[in-house]
Amino acid sequence: MLTLTNLTKTYRTGDKALADVSLTFPKGQVVGLIGPSGAGKSTLIRCINRLVEPTSGKITLSGTELTGLPPRALRQQRRRIGMIFQEYALVERLTVMENVLSGRLGYVSFLQSFTRRFPPADIERAYRLLDRVGLMEQADKRADALSGGQRQRVGIARALSQEPELLLVDEPTASLDPKTSRQIMRLLIEICAERSLPAIVNIHDVPLAQQFMQRIIGLRAGRVVFDGPPEALTESVLTTIYGAEDWTAMRKDGEADRAAEAEAVARLAALTA
Amino acid sequence: MTRFPDTWAFRSPRARLAIWFGWLCLVALFVYCWQVMTANTIWMFIWDAPRQAADIGERMFPPRLSYLPELLIPLWDTLNMATLGTLLGVILAVPIAFLAARNTSPSVLILRPIALFIIVASRSINSLIWALLLVAILGPGLLAGIIAIGLRSIGFIGKLLYEAIEETDIRQIEAVTATGACPAQVLNYGIIPQILPAFWGITVFRWDINIRESAILGLVGAGGLGLKLQASLNVLAWPQVTMILVVILATVVLSEWISAKVRQAII
Repeated sequence: MLTLTNLTKTYRTGDKALADVSLTFPKGQVVGLIGPSGAGKSTLIRCINRLVEPTSGKITLSGTELTGLPPRALRQQRRRIGMIFQEYALVERLTVMENVLSGRLGYVSFLQSFTRRFPPADIERAYRLLDRVGLMEQADKRADALSGGQRQRVGIARALSQEPELLLVDEPTASLDPKTSRQIMRLLIEICAERSLPAIVNIHDVPLAQQFMQRIIGLRAGRVVFDGPPEALTESVLTTIYGAEDWTAMRKDGEADRAAEAEAVARLAALTA
Repeated sequence: MTRFPDTWAFRSPRARLAIWFGWLCLVALFVYCWQVMTANTIWMFIWDAPRQAADIGERMFPPRLSYLPELLIPLWDTLNMATLGTLLGVILAVPIAFLAARNTSPSVLILRPIALFIIVASRSINSLIWALLLVAILGPGLLAGIIAIGLRSIGFIGKLLYEAIEETDIRQIEAVTATGACPAQVLNYGIIPQILPAFWGITVFRWDINIRESAILGLVGAGGLGLKLQASLNVLAWPQVTMILVVILATVVLSEWISAKVRQAII
């Protein structure tokens, strides 16, 4: 269980990214974090594993307070938190296997990681995860040789190889096409369900969030303005989060996209037949 | 209906005037420099130049091919000087580059300025001057040459490498940090893979430059081909000078070809 208490982040430029955010994330819940750009979604996620240092407030992960930990203890706590990034953030010039194994860096000595001699259990786990995300054949390819969807699968495998107790997911589908986005989201949700792994997912595609999340939190200008089930995300709530906009039109657009996509797939199938 | 303007200028009149004035100053400076330059020229020598050049050219040709065997050992020395000097330069430059790069420097306030100063100092002194100093300290020979090449290379490699380190993708580094990796592991997994191509490119490029530089270091007593060059110049043995120049040219062409191939292979 993760608890945020009065979390505040003010950047040196004076921008208040988070203002007094208090939230509780129970075990096994997949939570979507929505809000306009600059609402503080990314900052919130990065405060949890302290890639961004919060200005004040408290973060507690199943009993351990993360705020104020010294570097060594912080590294030990980071092992418990897997992170999946926008645009994958794989180390492009390393192989897929090295990327997945890099999830184990917190557990092995520098020498072991330098010589790429990971314990057999780690290697077995890495292969199992690559198989789970369907990339068994790509293990020895360089990360930059993969397509967007494949790279994000490697990103997922890397995060899971940490055997995390919490997943932080930052805009996992922002650079993927609609179809691949859905596949990746489905994979993420399945994996979280398999392991009853809680996840916090930044997402700015509202229909996608409604389709996949169990709970949705709306942020606006660093404050929580909505916290509830996806069904409760009505037009007026969306207006509070994003400001006025014709939401029904946007949803129809989404349907049109999907129809166009299905049509394109059918046309392609006809071509290859 | 709204009327829109149908004229648009790329620069404001003020900017145009400033640019025009800038060019005027440049032309004025050129005219002034021309006058300074010609004031102290002895024109007799200039009128004489084509004849003198033809005279030396005649005496330099043909190159003395029988001199070649005597050049092979100095050539080997020159290549060794360049290679070992580059190696020394790389060993010293890599830690300095990490100290100088804003994103990896352990102390931006103290160590970074020191590292930057070392880089600037090394770059501002030509290898010929380094060699001159070192020959005075260590005595003539290859060692002085190697160290001179190494010291001059620190600045070049250090500067290009620290720029490469600063240009690394922060997200890849963040991703490795987020797994709980220690700083040495972040360096090994997040930063080094990103700068490795740049590192090899810079090193081979500097090696290529060093071969050219080490060929003349002998002029001040640091060994290699330059020593032969100086000896031949002293006794006005022009065909030998030509032969040495041909050997230097061939070596440089070869090293340039190798460095181009290596860089192609890693990019």
